[in-house]
Amino acid sequence: MRLNKNWLMLLLTLIVGLLISACSSDAGKEGSSGEKSVAELPQEIVVRINDDPDFLDPHKATASISYQMILNIFEGLMAPETDGSLKEGLAENYEISKDGLTYTFKIRPGVKFHNGEDLTMEDIQYSFDRLMGKNGGEKMSNSFDNVASTEAPDANTFVIKLKEPNSNFLYSLTARQSAIVPKNNDGKHNENPIGTGPFAYVKYSPGTKLELKKNENYWKEGLPYLNKVTFTFQSDDQAAIMSLMANEVDLTSVPWHRVSEVEGNYNLSHQNNNSSLIITFNETKAPFDNVKVRQAINYAISKSDIIDSVFAGYAVPLGSNMSPAMGDYQKKDLESMYKRDVEKAKALLAEAGYPDGFKTKITVSSHNDIYSNIAQIVVDNLKEIGIDVEIEVVEWGIWLDRVYFGRDYQMTTIDLTGRASAYEILNDYISTNDSENFFLFKNDEYDKIMADVLKESDQAKQIDYYHRAQEILAEQAAAVYVADYQIVWGSDKQVTGLKSYPFWFHDMSEVKFSN
Amino acid sequence: MMYIICRFILLITTILLVSIITFGVFQILPGDPVRTMLGTEADPTQIENLRSELGLNRPLYEQYTDWMKGLLTGELGNSIRFSVPVKELLFDRLPVTISLAGLTLLIVLIISLPLGMFAARRQNKLSDVSLSTVTQVGMAVPSFWLGMMLILYIGMQFSFFKISGYIPWTQSVAGALSTLVLPALTIAIPQIAVNFRYVRTAILEQVQLDYVRTIRSKGMSEQNVMYKHVLKNSMIPILTVFGLIMAEVVAGTIIVEQVFSLPGVGQLLITAISNRDFPLVQGIVMYITVAVVMINFMVDILYSVIDPRIRLR
Repeated sequence: MRLNKNWLMLLLTLIVGLLISACSSDAGKEGSSGEKSVAELPQEIVVRINDDPDFLDPHKATASISYQMILNIFEGLMAPETDGSLKEGLAENYEISKDGLTYTFKIRPGVKFHNGEDLTMEDIQYSFDRLMGKNGGEKMSNSFDNVASTEAPDANTFVIKLKEPNSNFLYSLTARQSAIVPKNNDGKHNENPIGTGPFAYVKYSPGTKLELKKNENYWKEGLPYLNKVTFTFQSDDQAAIMSLMANEVDLTSVPWHRVSEVEGNYNLSHQNNNSSLIITFNETKAPFDNVKVRQAINYAISKSDIIDSVFAGYAVPLGSNMSPAMGDYQKKDLESMYKRDVEKAKALLAEAGYPDGFKTKITVSSHNDIYSNIAQIVVDNLKEIGIDVEIEVVEWGIWLDRVYFGRDYQMTTIDLTGRASAYEILNDYISTNDSENFFLFKNDEYDKIMADVLKESDQAKQIDYYHRAQEILAEQAAAVYVADYQIVWGSDKQVTGLKSYPFWFHDMSEVKFSN
Repeated sequence: MMYIICRFILLITTILLVSIITFGVFQILPGDPVRTMLGTEADPTQIENLRSELGLNRPLYEQYTDWMKGLLTGELGNSIRFSVPVKELLFDRLPVTISLAGLTLLIVLIISLPLGMFAARRQNKLSDVSLSTVTQVGMAVPSFWLGMMLILYIGMQFSFFKISGYIPWTQSVAGALSTLVLPALTIAIPQIAVNFRYVRTAILEQVQLDYVRTIRSKGMSEQNVMYKHVLKNSMIPILTVFGLIMAEVVAGTIIVEQVFSLPGVGQLLITAISNRDFPLVQGIVMYITVAVVMINFMVDILYSVIDPRIRLR
């Protein structure tokens, strides 16, 4: 009998202990409702990100995930705007010579790095030399191959001379491509990143979190508002939404199909992501080397099926490789060019010499469910015109190796991350762009337009060039341009000031908690 | 002495073989760590720079011998994905996994032992049958599902429990417990079921033996019979099973750390594998191998000390 009692006592103690601890911490927790004075409002935010940055050194980082975070630390001569345009960053103003070759920047006075030291011409010169591989190290970027010289004629002027005019060059001067870093931090940019941005680096715990603190000397008066920003890494979307509900994170993306669960209690915002979700082909391999086959597939695939079932409606259909997020640069109405028409698709297939269809394979990465979900709709849609598609799901590393870099695939689906520059969005299809043109798309008119647009300084004419480029992609059915899906951000109701850019950037400078 | 030398040679051979296999596997596996890390946006210059910086363009034998040399001095190189020393990452993560495994074992022990004894004493009665049924279910439950259920029905209801992250013991004991209890329970529940059944069986086997009947007939109290004799003699098979459970617990941490976003070695291992971060995978596998092999080595030696007959086998 004694044993029985002991056992019961043990169980009771455990239960009581758990209840006490649960209750006591409940009592200590702040309620989330009710007005609070400014001093009572939280000064720290926890933002969930689904992966670690590749590098903290802004010149080494390439993954878009890194820039979501580190653009809060660094700044460039120019800065991105939420509408995709550019404004002055560390440069107070700038001038471009008539021949389009000389860029003269007046640098903002009184800017300090996070280590308290002043930003000098030496630091700017050092940053560009480092990127161009001119200070002994390796070249770190191809964006500056066109630079003939850089110089600092006086203490607040910086001049860049180009070999050839390039209408896209200003886009190379934002922190994403050429962050200004202090010379005296050489060799330590990754371990201890120092910039001039609104937040300063505190600590990086790999796989766990990146902590930033307020830059007290920030040159923009009154900014930032928050004292601390923690980016916490959590790969699983479902776990992240539970963390939001448990108040462990203040801001996270919400899986589309779970929006209804958080709708009432959290602020939800969504905007075009400026990415192009495409279903594409290896255009050197039969039957995809035949434009009629590609067009037939375009007619057969239902964009609305994909948008409704995969993205729960949170996506806008595309007609070419550019999202409405790019404003005037996007050629409108191309999305209706291949309105679903199974009969037309069958006719085109027959004309191409495949009246009975064919067998093919779609290779998709497993790192995000959306790709295999899309592939299932592709299989269904294409079955109707006699194309028998097998789905092959591979790891992200293998997809990159085999599909993206190896070009050893028949069909695939992927979303091409948006960039602020129209040129950089469209240059993937230039036939000589070996590193990015994984579709192996080749069109002489397209190549010429993309070369000409760089020499054109008139913005209206540039837009015309970009519109024609998009038409070519649609006419040639370089891919099935499905949609720009919107990421739904869920945040604590008190979080305000979130800005959205046409590329991934969690700009925390104007974020604060409000009543 | 010969026995110890033989065991030691076996230990070195195991470590060497594991090192060659883990190194070799990553050469065969498709997927380039540099490309995986930099994604689609890297230009060829950046890919080449990183590859040469990491020494990945050197001959394989050179990479392996350098790595082995490092291993002897405790230097495991730099992680490709995180650009920090593997040693640093491991030391950061080990306390989390050790705490989780320790707490899990404690929970398994304090629940399964008394429960097993209780059921054994009530063999075939209602309480025994119902406990055996419940534990049968406990054994069958997959840990990732159990983890999700605990998050939903305990973590989300009681704010004491954290459903992600880790708070070190040094910072707050209650904090550490709030992050560790649910993951520990997730691993512990199926193991409690396993251990409960072993304890019950081991005790039932003992109580049927003649010596128990003899001491009972001498009038010894039931409590003394159970604690002083039965439990003591049952401990040898129970401890053997407990050793196996320890291995299960270590394996369990890998999945559970993922479910609860606990920054332990298991989570690190998964990240390292999916990123083809082979210096990191090799480092983690070597640490685990060395730990397991050393424990086995010591157990072998201890066995031979306790029971000299083992040396002759």
